[in-house]
Amino acid sequence: MSNVPEQLQYAKTHEWVKTEQDGTITIGITDHAQEMLGDLVYIDLPDPGRIAEAGQELAIVESVKAAADIYSPVDGEVAEVNNALGDAPELVNTDPYGEGWILRLRPSGPIPADMLLDASAYAELAANEAE
Amino acid sequence: MKTTPLHDNHIALGARMVNFADWRMPLHYGSQIAEHHQVRRDAGMFDVSHMTVLDLAGDQVREFLRYLLANDVAKLKRPGKALYSCMLNERGAVMDDLIVYFMNENRFRMVVNAATREKDLAHIRKAAAPFAVAVRECADLAMIAVQGPNARDKTHQALVAFMDSRIPFLSPVSSGVNKDSDEAATPAALAPFFAREYGELFIARTGYTGEDGYEMIVPADRTAVLWRELADAGVKPVGLGARDTLRLEAGMNLYGQDMTEDTSPLESNLGWTVAFDPTDRDFIGRRALDARRGREKYKLVGLRLEGRTIPRPHQKVLGNVGDGEITSGSFSPTLDRAIALARVPVGTEGTCMVEVRGKQLPATIVKPPFVRKT
Repeated sequence: MSNVPEQLQYAKTHEWVKTEQDGTITIGITDHAQEMLGDLVYIDLPDPGRIAEAGQELAIVESVKAAADIYSPVDGEVAEVNNALGDAPELVNTDPYGEGWILRLRPSGPIPADMLLDASAYAELAANEAE
Repeated sequence: MKTTPLHDNHIALGARMVNFADWRMPLHYGSQIAEHHQVRRDAGMFDVSHMTVLDLAGDQVREFLRYLLANDVAKLKRPGKALYSCMLNERGAVMDDLIVYFMNENRFRMVVNAATREKDLAHIRKAAAPFAVAVRECADLAMIAVQGPNARDKTHQALVAFMDSRIPFLSPVSSGVNKDSDEAATPAALAPFFAREYGELFIARTGYTGEDGYEMIVPADRTAVLWRELADAGVKPVGLGARDTLRLEAGMNLYGQDMTEDTSPLESNLGWTVAFDPTDRDFIGRRALDARRGREKYKLVGLRLEGRTIPRPHQKVLGNVGDGEITSGSFSPTLDRAIALARVPVGTEGTCMVEVRGKQLPATIVKPPFVRKT
């Protein structure tokens, strides 16, 4: 059973989302997602300042097995990316909710209401998907 | 789904299990990259019990195999010698690749792929009908491969514990089976690409990683014991994920990706495995190959990329004389970059571009293997 922290929100496309005190949101991929992908070898990060719309792809996580898009849950601007992943993409495997965060967005509006799931709804989705 | 005799061991080890050709198999036990390095630097073991083991026996077995296979088993003169070969269809395309072992004049053992098992069996049985040859699938056998620079030493240790008194070479008292010196009758004496039976164990000094080591065929009910003894000797489990990156670094083709029922071995970098001499040997697919030989349109090459973005099968390759496509692509843990095999027009040289998700990535064309062990 993969780890689904209670205090985070989740996208159906397996990103986790955390709203920070300064109003930015941090995005990463879930423990379930990193398990499904296996060893990550490369994270294609956007440049800070890039403008994204909700539902648009922001980054690509590439594992030995497959590549997956990271989608933006909200309209906004890329505030910061996790440059540590350049040398150590495996941080996403070892600490998906911590050191393995992917990027921070500065939203230009509210997150669409139907965009994210709470922990229990996501846990159910992940459990159904796991073999 | 079928399970191997090691299924419970994999579960206990926390393996991520996947479906592969009707089998539940371990993809990795945590990190496939760590497992890859384990094999390149020390010793790893693979459950390859999904592979199909066939025993072919009878007075005409050599004659039959000279007809069935594109490589020529006439090359096998010393008992135990192994040969890599393609099995072709009448169109001269690859039905499967396999290893055949010459046990004695009346018996050869063949190991074919799991994904092709049914069609292979049908094809072989049909081809064998006119010959005095019995084809037996050894479903009661399982297979463990141990690979890496320390694989043989650690396996020898494990075998001492595994064998107890079951095998003559470890219990000289019960000998009599082996007239050879003790030394010659142990796996340590096996030359590369040779196999031998030691009581219930079949041990071959072959593999699919580019490393030294063994592939061992063992009775199903003894497999878990051997696995445990190997673990006790310090051999770590390795899943199918690392098996794929290891074979790719070693420049070994994967059936179904790098060659298929639609590709000639001569367009799959496997010309060296087709024995055209002697010219009067008739083998399945020969006529079709002879008719086109020397006029191949494509060749299979290695691609070395600069970065870690991985080309995937069927992505487009743009070269100096036309387009081709990726057949296998992955991350090379040893080289810390992406590598691939690609089928490109004959004459393609130098560098090329690979189209990955709308981006063009530069790649250098190289002759596999990507990683060469000295």
